[in-house]
Amino acid sequence: MVSVESHDYDVLIIGAGGAGLRAAVEATARGCKTAIITKSLLGKAHTVMAEGGMAAAMGNVWEQDNWKVHFRDTMRGGKMLNNWRMAQIHAQEAPDRVLELESWGALFDRTPDGRILQRDFGGHRYARLAHVGDRTGLEMIRILQQKSVAEDIDVFSECTINQLLVNDSEVNGAVGYWRETGELVQFRAKSVIMATGGLGRIWSVTSNSWEGTGDGHSLAMNAGAEMIDMEFVQFHPTGMVAPASVKGILVTEGVRGDGGTLRNSLGERFMFNYIPPMFASETADTEEEADRWYTDKENARRTPDLLPRDEVARAINSEVKAGRGSPSGGVYLDIAGRRDADYIKRRLPSMYHQFRELAGVDITKESMEVGPTAHYVMGGVRVDPESAATSIGGLYAAGEVAAGLHGSNRLGGNSLSDLLVFGKRAGEFAAERAIQMDHSTLDKQQIEEAVSRIAKPFESEGTENPYTVQSDLRELMQSKVGIIRNRSDLESALVEIAQLKGREKNVTVSGTRRYNPGWHTALDLQHLLSMSEAIAKAALEREESRGGHTREDFPAPSDEFGKLNIVVTLGDSDEVNIKREPLTEMPKELAELFKD
Amino acid sequence: MPSANITIWRGDDDGQYEKYEVEYQDGMVVLDVIHQLQATQAGDLAVRWNCKAGKCGSCSAEINGQPKLQCMTRMTEFEEGEEIKVAPLKAFPLIKDLVTDVTYNYDKAKTIPFVDLVQPEENDVRRMAQIDIERVQEFHKCIECYMCQDVCHVIRDHPENQDNFAGPRFFVQLASVAMHPLDQNAKADTVSHGFGLEYCNITKCCTEVCPEGIKITDNAIIPMKERRADELYDPLRALGRFINNLKK
Repeated sequence: MVSVESHDYDVLIIGAGGAGLRAAVEATARGCKTAIITKSLLGKAHTVMAEGGMAAAMGNVWEQDNWKVHFRDTMRGGKMLNNWRMAQIHAQEAPDRVLELESWGALFDRTPDGRILQRDFGGHRYARLAHVGDRTGLEMIRILQQKSVAEDIDVFSECTINQLLVNDSEVNGAVGYWRETGELVQFRAKSVIMATGGLGRIWSVTSNSWEGTGDGHSLAMNAGAEMIDMEFVQFHPTGMVAPASVKGILVTEGVRGDGGTLRNSLGERFMFNYIPPMFASETADTEEEADRWYTDKENARRTPDLLPRDEVARAINSEVKAGRGSPSGGVYLDIAGRRDADYIKRRLPSMYHQFRELAGVDITKESMEVGPTAHYVMGGVRVDPESAATSIGGLYAAGEVAAGLHGSNRLGGNSLSDLLVFGKRAGEFAAERAIQMDHSTLDKQQIEEAVSRIAKPFESEGTENPYTVQSDLRELMQSKVGIIRNRSDLESALVEIAQLKGREKNVTVSGTRRYNPGWHTALDLQHLLSMSEAIAKAALEREESRGGHTREDFPAPSDEFGKLNIVVTLGDSDEVNIKREPLTEMPKELAELFKD
Repeated sequence: MPSANITIWRGDDDGQYEKYEVEYQDGMVVLDVIHQLQATQAGDLAVRWNCKAGKCGSCSAEINGQPKLQCMTRMTEFEEGEEIKVAPLKAFPLIKDLVTDVTYNYDKAKTIPFVDLVQPEENDVRRMAQIDIERVQEFHKCIECYMCQDVCHVIRDHPENQDNFAGPRFFVQLASVAMHPLDQNAKADTVSHGFGLEYCNITKCCTEVCPEGIKITDNAIIPMKERRADELYDPLRALGRFINNLKK
């Protein structure tokens, strides 16, 4: 057997975004020897791309705001499919996590009386997002990075985990490789926390970086963890659409929060035609009222431009399909009509910069062209709401890779707060477990299997190019498992995914193991393929439309499906199994909040 | 489709420049062309990137001799058919192709003090005026692309300085701690320590290449130099220290 570099830790954290770093800080504070593993350099995780802010009912702008209102907004935004207890914990603890980040040096924009300013966002009744201009995620990652450095936490940068190790049905380690050298590395750990983010790279139009290949989802499922809600994928309504090479890059919801409006090619504010009954009582139904809302929030209802993301993405999709789109296949988003250039540059500096540099558009004078982009997966590893523990011992999950908080659709701003609230909890409970136990023995056979799988693309006799297989999968998922789905597309997608799995076995790479992106891409394919299959199967099972899952053959929500989760597990011969499970019932005092 | 003549450093220190011809679409940036190249001609071409929107600072390279983010350099900046030379950052040890070992920066980050903020008043939160935090917010825009470190001649031309010199990126971080309105770190640990500030002779190369437009020299380095001079070399304070020492 080859010799493998080996490390022992109490708590091993895979992923160095907001959730992973917050978990690491917590586990270290509780006395655990902790390591963070990241595929990129420290400080580059996808959290940097979060723009608009972090939702927390602090009541700094609207003192009527409190956790109950935030909880209610989150549940309604998720079309009541959320795990109610996660939504409650999240709403209750988010304000403390914001203040904690401030105590570590984060400098949020301020109110006139010197407190943290909060901005409007889709689906939030009150202005609730603590923010730093439109680069809140950068602030979060940098502060947590500096905190981790101050706490002297071990970081394994540019290291990719390819398999979790399981002993007696409990996770006790992981095997991976250094990207720089291609050498193998193994970890033994008492607790492992998944904080790997999402899987947006499954689609060809996405706001996600190369890292979003669903590694954590796939590793956890392979280790035996249960997944839920995999059919729910958030297509953010506003990604860039032109020029083609920037298609998918995120345009923050803050543009609409700060006064931007959506129009079609006829110049109509089409969102007034797409107000669903659930939100009708609190949404303006005339342009006059919507415009008044920006200055008079007491007496006017909010603009439909700020409906939850699933509603806006579907509306844009319908407008484009009806032939009322912009030349590049999007719609127009305009803020110059309402705000002056100074305001726009101060509130949205990176949007100004991004459009000027990449599209040659001056957003202080012209409209932006925007369209939906694969942004976030609500589904993921099923976790216990209190402890972030997964269904297998020793494994925890927090952030985008975990599921439950957001139900069928996530509200903007609830992601950054999710990272900190449940990152902290994962760190806390993973540490608690680690403190009570000793290391167990790693299974040599599993390590050998991982070692040979990692080496395989170099030894393959096949001729498939990993980049081509990835690109073909992304095109397939974009066209058949995208925003709007139906039975025949999903069934044919599953057949094609099976074919792509066959091609994946014949992938071959050139060059050496030293910093070889072709090889890395080949190894990521297994995750992309198994998660694509999980998503397509769950989407086929849910015969209704709800949140981030729209079936044109079942266009309405159904009461039956509204009461259950689709649970995905991996079978003994690596087949993806699906079952239905009822939601846990909300206690009476919380259910009261939804009576009006 | 137009095609680009692109020349890229391949391999490690013993490598060489190689020429490629790559087709590209309108609106593409240099990083798109590199990706195209990976997918079609050079699968093992090493390049770092993440956000592809100028926000993560991963894809820094020297393009026709200028430090730039590959994701923010549009192909329209070049004449059609113009040779485009993409090289790794020169100040750091080369790993392979366009990827360098930036450990120096992560090591320097460990030397900068962490903020130590005063506690809020009882039953209140921390209060800060917007105007008082704006300068530090400018420093927090840093995306750690390390291009300022790359062009700083103190680092680039004199590697022997690296032990004693944190570099522009970390002067910005130091300033963001020292100028935080509520920070109470001892001045000895922030302002007077220096971190090699005296090596900087304010040529402003760092400011010129900053993709975030942070006025590194004017807003971070010069004020920190002035504060340091105040702390260490003010004649009245020097006299005070002298008298204090006599008393002891």
